[in-house]
Amino acid sequence: MSSRPTTESVLARSRQPRRRRPLIIRLLVNPLGAITIAFLLVVVVLAVFAPLIAPIPPNATQLSDVNALPFSPGHLLGADQSGRDVWSRLVWGTQPTIVGALIVLSVSVIVGVTGGLVAGFFRGTTEATGNFLSDVIMSLPGIVLLIALYTLTGPNIPVAMAVFGILVAPTYFRLVRAVVVGVRSELYVDAARVVGLSNVRIIGRHVLWAVRGPVIIQSAFIIAAGIGIQAGVDFLGLGDPRQPSWGSVMQDSFNNIYNNPVGVWWPALLISLTILSLVLLGNVLRDELQSIGVKPLSKAQQRKLAARAGKSFGRPAPQHSSAIAVRDLRIGYPQRDGEILEVVHGVDLEVKPGEIHGLVGESGSGKSQIAFSTLGILPREAVILEGSIWLDGQDLLADRKKGAKARGRKIGYVPQEPMSNLDPSFTIGAQLTYGLRAVQSISKKDARAKLLALLGRVGIRDPEQVFRMYPHEISGGMAQRVLICGAIASDPDIIVADEPTTALDVTVQAEVLELLRELSRERGLAMILVTHNLGVVADLCDVVSVMRNGLIVEEADVESLFAEPKEAYTRELLDSSRSVEIIEEAS
Amino acid sequence: MSEPILRVTDLDVTFGSGRKNAKQVIDKVSFELRAGETLSLVGESGSGKTTIGRAILGLAPVTGGTIAFRGETISNIKRSERRKIAREIQVVFQDPYSSLNPSMTVEDILVEPLKSVGIRDGRKRVRDLLDAVGLPGDAGRRFPKEFSGGQRQRIAIARALALEPSVIICDEPTSALDVTTQARVLTLLRELQERTGVAYLFISHDLGVVTAISDRIAVLYRGRIVELGDAAQVSFHPRDDYTRRLQMSAPVADPVQQRARREERLRLLAAHTSAAG
Repeated sequence: MSSRPTTESVLARSRQPRRRRPLIIRLLVNPLGAITIAFLLVVVVLAVFAPLIAPIPPNATQLSDVNALPFSPGHLLGADQSGRDVWSRLVWGTQPTIVGALIVLSVSVIVGVTGGLVAGFFRGTTEATGNFLSDVIMSLPGIVLLIALYTLTGPNIPVAMAVFGILVAPTYFRLVRAVVVGVRSELYVDAARVVGLSNVRIIGRHVLWAVRGPVIIQSAFIIAAGIGIQAGVDFLGLGDPRQPSWGSVMQDSFNNIYNNPVGVWWPALLISLTILSLVLLGNVLRDELQSIGVKPLSKAQQRKLAARAGKSFGRPAPQHSSAIAVRDLRIGYPQRDGEILEVVHGVDLEVKPGEIHGLVGESGSGKSQIAFSTLGILPREAVILEGSIWLDGQDLLADRKKGAKARGRKIGYVPQEPMSNLDPSFTIGAQLTYGLRAVQSISKKDARAKLLALLGRVGIRDPEQVFRMYPHEISGGMAQRVLICGAIASDPDIIVADEPTTALDVTVQAEVLELLRELSRERGLAMILVTHNLGVVADLCDVVSVMRNGLIVEEADVESLFAEPKEAYTRELLDSSRSVEIIEEAS
Repeated sequence: MSEPILRVTDLDVTFGSGRKNAKQVIDKVSFELRAGETLSLVGESGSGKTTIGRAILGLAPVTGGTIAFRGETISNIKRSERRKIAREIQVVFQDPYSSLNPSMTVEDILVEPLKSVGIRDGRKRVRDLLDAVGLPGDAGRRFPKEFSGGQRQRIAIARALALEPSVIICDEPTSALDVTTQARVLTLLRELQERTGVAYLFISHDLGVVTAISDRIAVLYRGRIVELGDAAQVSFHPRDDYTRRLQMSAPVADPVQQRARREERLRLLAAHTSAAG
């Protein structure tokens, strides 16, 4: 939870309370959305106004026009082997096709969504039964079943489509069930229960709302599948021969392909374009309903932006022998309207060898952005507008490849959420070894010996056993020790720790801080410690930089900063922090 | 202080069933909450503090003991009966991001509890509620994502206040917030208590936060209460060994004092391990 706001918070700071435009407008502004919606609208108009649009009744035959070519007089798309106008038949065939697809949609939505809601919300046996039924239905071969149905009902497309609707209902069921299971554990659903809302109301107000996006997206694909299957069933000749439909026009022209090879084009084109439009519209819907809004820029766009912002790399290296030096760093995020939202405005930061440097600030101050840029793990949307980061006489920002190489060896990273930074599918030992061997040429055996010794050093009692364990088998405190072990394994000069103890209990926090202090002293490690906790700073740091709104407002050694803060903001932070501390009464 | 409004007696909570899967997370916990006071439950993660809160709210299974509100048992009652006492016991959760439905406006969020008890003119009260928690009156038309973590927590507090409950369970309401925001939210909680006389059951892992706001503190360790007493006594003169370690673990924003505390902590730890070994 606490890791989520990092980037969001910096962006939220200057975000206007701007309402997003309604979905339909967003769809129409999107070129692909506009084209597909326009096309589908035409199809709907054809279906509704068929009698007005079609020049000739669909079954009117004219023997003189048998196999007429397209664009011949009176026949826009030609005529078939019985002399029926193809264009008219397609127009008349639109309605049954659309109706069929809508039957598929409504049956599958009603069955699948309801089932998914109930199964996901009540779980237990209801869910088990639902899962079983959905698995059974999914294992049935659709087309074969529909052909078998023909022997019972005869040519009855609505019934066939309803059955097909049940066959595709499991897609909705699974989708909705998964979303509901997630929503059900959200705190706002708990809050609704506490407030005394009934289950029906909770489902109606909170749960249904959450599943609406995925269901709408899925519906575009289901309609497409419905049209496809309807055409397929008609094409196989299982439909009503008296009523034209896209599939039956296709069947007629296919039977006549040697006499009129072009004829098969028109129904095929119409079916393909409609299905394609629906699928593309589904994709556009997904983008609009589920995207975060801003797409990451391409490399070229980034360069362009940087050039416009007057980015200047390749400044001379700093004179001092610092472990790491950040110069004039500016970081921005491109917005929807093309402007760049600058979140770090020219920050200088210098960390001497062996020094523990605290970077304090509230969420949104840009402290994590600085840590991430030294590590090269800024979010993809971020653009470094200006500045340099000097490590070991090299500017990490000037040459990305060299920068990446130097980072692995020289900088270690201790993240905030220990658990989410370990891969659950590998053992602790495997990931530590992999990480170490990625930056050092060392044999597997040596790596193992080294890591076991280090695990012991970071306070893990039985390194051999932990080496074989998976991340879920260890506690959060232990996971953080493992990550610290991983960070120091390549013998770096500097550790960047981003809120390393925020996710831990106070007692474990105290131990981890003790460990970091010892390691720094033993190995002469420099550290950048990003935190919002002034107590942690007072405990561990030598030098402190206070950040606010993307700027460092005050920098001092730890004792003078806490004793005589110069900035009003620092004083405010200190007061707030001390108001919730155990400061002993004068005794 | 007056008579207890909430009494928890020998509470047991066990998750899962069967000999292998059953996990007892709360073990014979008893305490009472008096009207208008703040009682805090402090402990590490896994100590069961959140589970106790959820058991009182009917969100966790009570497998033993009783929870009584104004003398009436409320543990293991039907949903329909629980809805009657929903007015009286409300909650503020830890995570202000997931405790507000992102697709509802603030006004809808605040009206929801009022509607559930059949109050029709809820919308008029929204402005008062927003006012009470220090949010601008036009906040009602906006969505949760337009607010910062601290503001969202204020919205959650307003929702808890909507039904004028006599108890609010505050489950780590400030631990996801920045220090300055945290201080402001705590001040708000205290003001609201003075104005409305609501009692808080305040759940936190941070002894410092708890000291600032509590009348009494209960320290939990592995599902049991190891110490319960006046806030000042527990925070400054703890009797229990574990409380003492907890007290010394919380870092203070003063390098000189912190150094002394660190040494004290290490000394306590050494004494503890030698006593244990």
